[in-house]
Amino acid sequence: MAVRASPGIWLALPAAIWMTIGFVVPVVFLIVSGLFGTGLFGGEAASIATFVDVLGDPYYLGVIGNTLLYSTSVTLICLAIAYPFALALIRLPGWAQAVGMIVTLLPLTASAIVKTFGITILFRTTGVVNKTLQIFGIVDAPIRMLFTVPGLYLGTANMMLPFMILPIYAALRRIDPALGDAAATLRSGPFDRFRRVTLPLSLPGVFAGFAMVFALVASAYVMPTLLIGERHKVLSKTIAHAFLVTNDPAKGTVLALVLLALCSGMVLLAARVSRTGSMR
Amino acid sequence: MNAAIVGLGRVWIAVVAVFLLAPIIVTALVSFSPSAIFDLPWDGFSLRWYQRLGRQSSFWEALTTSAWIASVATGIAVVLAVPAAIAISTRAVPGAAILANLLTAPLMLPGLVLGIAFLQAFRTIDLRDAALSLVLAHVAITTPYITRTLLASLHLFDYAMLDAARTLGSTWPGAIVKVMLPNLAPAVVSGGAFAFLASFDNYSISLFLVDVTARTLPVQVLNYLETGADPTIAAISTILLAMTVTVLLVVDRAIGLRRMDVS
Repeated sequence: MAVRASPGIWLALPAAIWMTIGFVVPVVFLIVSGLFGTGLFGGEAASIATFVDVLGDPYYLGVIGNTLLYSTSVTLICLAIAYPFALALIRLPGWAQAVGMIVTLLPLTASAIVKTFGITILFRTTGVVNKTLQIFGIVDAPIRMLFTVPGLYLGTANMMLPFMILPIYAALRRIDPALGDAAATLRSGPFDRFRRVTLPLSLPGVFAGFAMVFALVASAYVMPTLLIGERHKVLSKTIAHAFLVTNDPAKGTVLALVLLALCSGMVLLAARVSRTGSMR
Repeated sequence: MNAAIVGLGRVWIAVVAVFLLAPIIVTALVSFSPSAIFDLPWDGFSLRWYQRLGRQSSFWEALTTSAWIASVATGIAVVLAVPAAIAISTRAVPGAAILANLLTAPLMLPGLVLGIAFLQAFRTIDLRDAALSLVLAHVAITTPYITRTLLASLHLFDYAMLDAARTLGSTWPGAIVKVMLPNLAPAVVSGGAFAFLASFDNYSISLFLVDVTARTLPVQVLNYLETGADPTIAAISTILLAMTVTVLLVVDRAIGLRRMDVS
């Protein structure tokens, strides 16, 4: 235990210095230059004025609106799919739960590009989904999914699902089964037991999953690129465009700060709601 | 009624499992299809897309670039994170909690924002070398994986073993090298594997830092997909999938996946 203080400092110093210079400084620099403008980038720098410009422009407000709707919709779709899945999974025997977890974790090993590409194959008008729907007579003509907003939402939900399943499953696993039995002894029905015991105790997992998926979707780049393209503007695409195509770092920086605020805001909100919820 | 709900639950599990795995399975199947229109291999298997991939040198160059950048970044991250994690877990430094947050924080930020932060910083100090920029940026995103796995592993480490080694006449550095590091090796391997894969798959940061001299595989694949794709992409995706699964299986064989606690 009692390692002397001085070798400890020498052990930690290289990492501390590296991460300060190679991570904290660039991020702080981005935030400061975005808020106040430094002119260091050898061109027009972002400033409060750029902020006002961007946030007063209906075009950029539309982009921010699209992003919020995209993140919220995908998160809700994931929640609707993941909660019943996790709830059904914890009732299965141990080996089946292990298989369920492997199925959930396996897609995480594939890169986002590989999976999004797989989704574009599935969603084509001649793709597997349309062929299956036609074989079973559910639709007569192939439905268009690729390059549509519903297709974008559903495809992104596919990739984000593990991030919703894992925290909810973990929260449900932590619930003491004796609580449900106790409620049953007190003549609580199955629905009532779910509403008053399982659901409140699983909420921290729901909030964690919600914040995680929301933040990941808001900054997703590959999925909007491949599933819908340039017609549907979202923040991530607009930011990359500002830096890589139109060479307008001032606007790009401001939009990046908006994205950062959205993501960190949601994560902090979820942590707060989760904490006040568990204190009841 | 209860049985009906349980039955419905099982059907839902099956449906969700198919949904989760479908993109991966379809990609692998299409890569073996003779058809050029992303069709499943209904009429026999073919390796034509793999042969075509073999002739496309841009992919192999990008694969090599990604592999060496991921290796170098992971190597630097290990050298930085292992001693730091030991210092954090023994509380041998002031502000251990802050340091732990610092070393894991890059994963909390959206990758895109981090990419822009690096782009701006490198432009400001006039660093034009794409390969060097990529390595520097990737160290920041590989360090958290190694730090997390190591801290989890150190949490289980019995420090009395160090005292035992000292009692038996070992010096402090000797005790750490001979007793502590062998105990940490599995965590370094698994954390390193995750870090390597995180760097290898990264696009949101690399996107801003690549140029013609150094282009990573994810950026190359995304470019190819944006400019009209053919099933060659399915072939390279399948190779990447096989590679990832192989890395994880090797790690599993070596140390057991159950020890790979990244939380």
